[in-house]
Amino acid sequence: MSKIEIRDLTKSYDGKINILEGIDLDVNEGEFYVLVGPSGCGKSTLLRIIAGLEQITAGTLKIDGQVANQMLPKDRNLSMVFQNYALYPHMTVKDNILFGLDVRKVPKDEQLRRLDEAAEMLGLSQYLKRKPRELSGGQRQRVALARSVCSQSPICLMDEPLSNLDAKLRGQMRNEIRRLQKQLGLTVIYVTHDQVEAMTMGDRIMVLHGGKIQQTGTPLELYNCPANTFVAGFIGSPQMNLCQAKLTEQGLVLENDLVIPLTLEERRNLPQGTRWQIGVRAEQIEPASPAQEGTCLVYAASTEMMGNETQVLFRVGDVLFTARWAGQYMIDPGQRLHIRLSADDFHFFDLDKGSLVRPALHIKGQAALTA
Amino acid sequence: MTYEKMPDLSLAQTGEKGRKKPLPVWVIYLLPSLLIFALFTIYPFLKTVVTSFFATSTTGEMTKFVGLQNYIDLFTNANYLQSLGTTFLYTLLTVPLTVILSLLLAVLSAQDRPGMGVFRTIFSSTMGISVAAGSVFWNLLFHPTAGLLNQVVQWMGGKPIGWLTDTHYAIFAISAVSIWMNLGFSYLVLMGGLKNIDDSHYESVEIVGGGFFYRLRKVTIPLISPSLFFVFTTSLINAFQSFGLIDMLTSGGPNNTTNLMVYKLYQDAFVNFRFGSASAQGIILFLLILLISQLQTKLTERLVTYQ
Repeated sequence: MSKIEIRDLTKSYDGKINILEGIDLDVNEGEFYVLVGPSGCGKSTLLRIIAGLEQITAGTLKIDGQVANQMLPKDRNLSMVFQNYALYPHMTVKDNILFGLDVRKVPKDEQLRRLDEAAEMLGLSQYLKRKPRELSGGQRQRVALARSVCSQSPICLMDEPLSNLDAKLRGQMRNEIRRLQKQLGLTVIYVTHDQVEAMTMGDRIMVLHGGKIQQTGTPLELYNCPANTFVAGFIGSPQMNLCQAKLTEQGLVLENDLVIPLTLEERRNLPQGTRWQIGVRAEQIEPASPAQEGTCLVYAASTEMMGNETQVLFRVGDVLFTARWAGQYMIDPGQRLHIRLSADDFHFFDLDKGSLVRPALHIKGQAALTA
Repeated sequence: MTYEKMPDLSLAQTGEKGRKKPLPVWVIYLLPSLLIFALFTIYPFLKTVVTSFFATSTTGEMTKFVGLQNYIDLFTNANYLQSLGTTFLYTLLTVPLTVILSLLLAVLSAQDRPGMGVFRTIFSSTMGISVAAGSVFWNLLFHPTAGLLNQVVQWMGGKPIGWLTDTHYAIFAISAVSIWMNLGFSYLVLMGGLKNIDDSHYESVEIVGGGFFYRLRKVTIPLISPSLFFVFTTSLINAFQSFGLIDMLTSGGPNNTTNLMVYKLYQDAFVNFRFGSASAQGIILFLLILLISQLQTKLTERLVTYQ
């Protein structure tokens, strides 16, 4: 039995426009479930519906097998971490962590025991007497987490908890939240717009766009087999290169500009039809030497040097492609580049609907995974 | 124009060393307000301090230095002491009630529900009513025979009450009007404070299951404490300086029971032409307000949290 179950949920504020539509969701006990999508996709609304802070327009929500559509937030036995942490400026860290336990009638000594435990776990023991404004962003974030821990609710909802932190701290807190979740066996539903957070933290991910589910699955399922062009473009960094492709005698023509030669085998592997949208990951575009056969010639637009890798940008028709090469390549804008592209590495999407027709046959690095 | 002149001034300042330094530019900017402040606040204040140590003629000329005699006379004058007591009573009656009522109205109307705008407009409307207009309006309500209040009293089987003429009722009637008048401003300030509170603070309470009073005590009041403090302080100062209402409704009567400090000061100065005594009253009032607002700040400092 899943911990949280949603069937055919709809949410509308005015009865006309649906903020969420046809949402199905199953979160298992102890799972780290990520809701991800761009701003305004309805992910926060969905989380707030689970919390009971928003009403359901249609559909059912079950928590622990019980229908919870009309259940009050306090009866859902969950805790919530807000984007701005919701710390009370007039209370000390200690009181902030213990906030609400008095309402739930937890005895004083039990409160203190939990406080000690949570403060220890999150390294806050020496700050308990301080006020929130005397803490750094990361420490405030920890206080918010400690409040959640102290509530000992089996379900924890997190609404973009890391978005107010700087990049370095964010990376650190990602690990910490994950560790905490494992340690306590929490069922976490985590909302973020950051696909990196989704990929690195989630056991499973739901990608939302325009109030509709685009795809649900494990991070690698989403990466290797994106259900449509939206997921393909959203998951992964740098963004997947997406463009139109047409099958001709010479090979696959991208954006009426770049011709990708096809081997017999590659031609056999193509899905039905002659026109698609295709997507190819930056790491699948490889550098080649002019002598090699079956290469393509492009002109570099610019490069982004990362030190350990080089991202090379070039134009295919009107679309800017990114290739990602390990090592340090010194390339001038306008320089001729020989690259290798294989149609086997392309994801093929329906030209009109954008849905996946055939995923890439090889995923770079997948061998390493199984090894 | 200013743009063209500005660089010239600064050049003159930096370029010609050795010569006498010209006035810094900021003085020019400050001068208008400094002049007005000096002319209408500092000068009268100093003049009042000086006058309070003199006996004065009916035209206001200082005739004889009397030292602290004006002050001593005041503190042995039963009328003045009564006025002092009345002012304290009036303050105690109006300030807490104004703050509590406006807080209550603000909390009740802070939720975003359809139609709330109407209530917010009504609750803050007294801000737009002048003391004179409000007084005329209440004068009609308080009228012994034609007033609505007495009609209600009679309808309920009571005897008509001399709201503004009975020594038992007048101070309460005046206090009620004052609360009504000040409610709009307090309400508006507190509403602003409430609207500043992030929803997540309330939602946290909702998730742990705290009720209305838990929320009020643990979240709302502490988070609007700066607004509350501001409203409290300004109400207090306003109470000590009340004049318009008294002048319009009771003229200090009946039997001096609504003769607040400022009204008495006004009468002594401009009706009885005893400028020395009036000046001394002004100074006492100033010191009193200074003392009380300081005291209040010290006492409530602990309770106010700025974000």
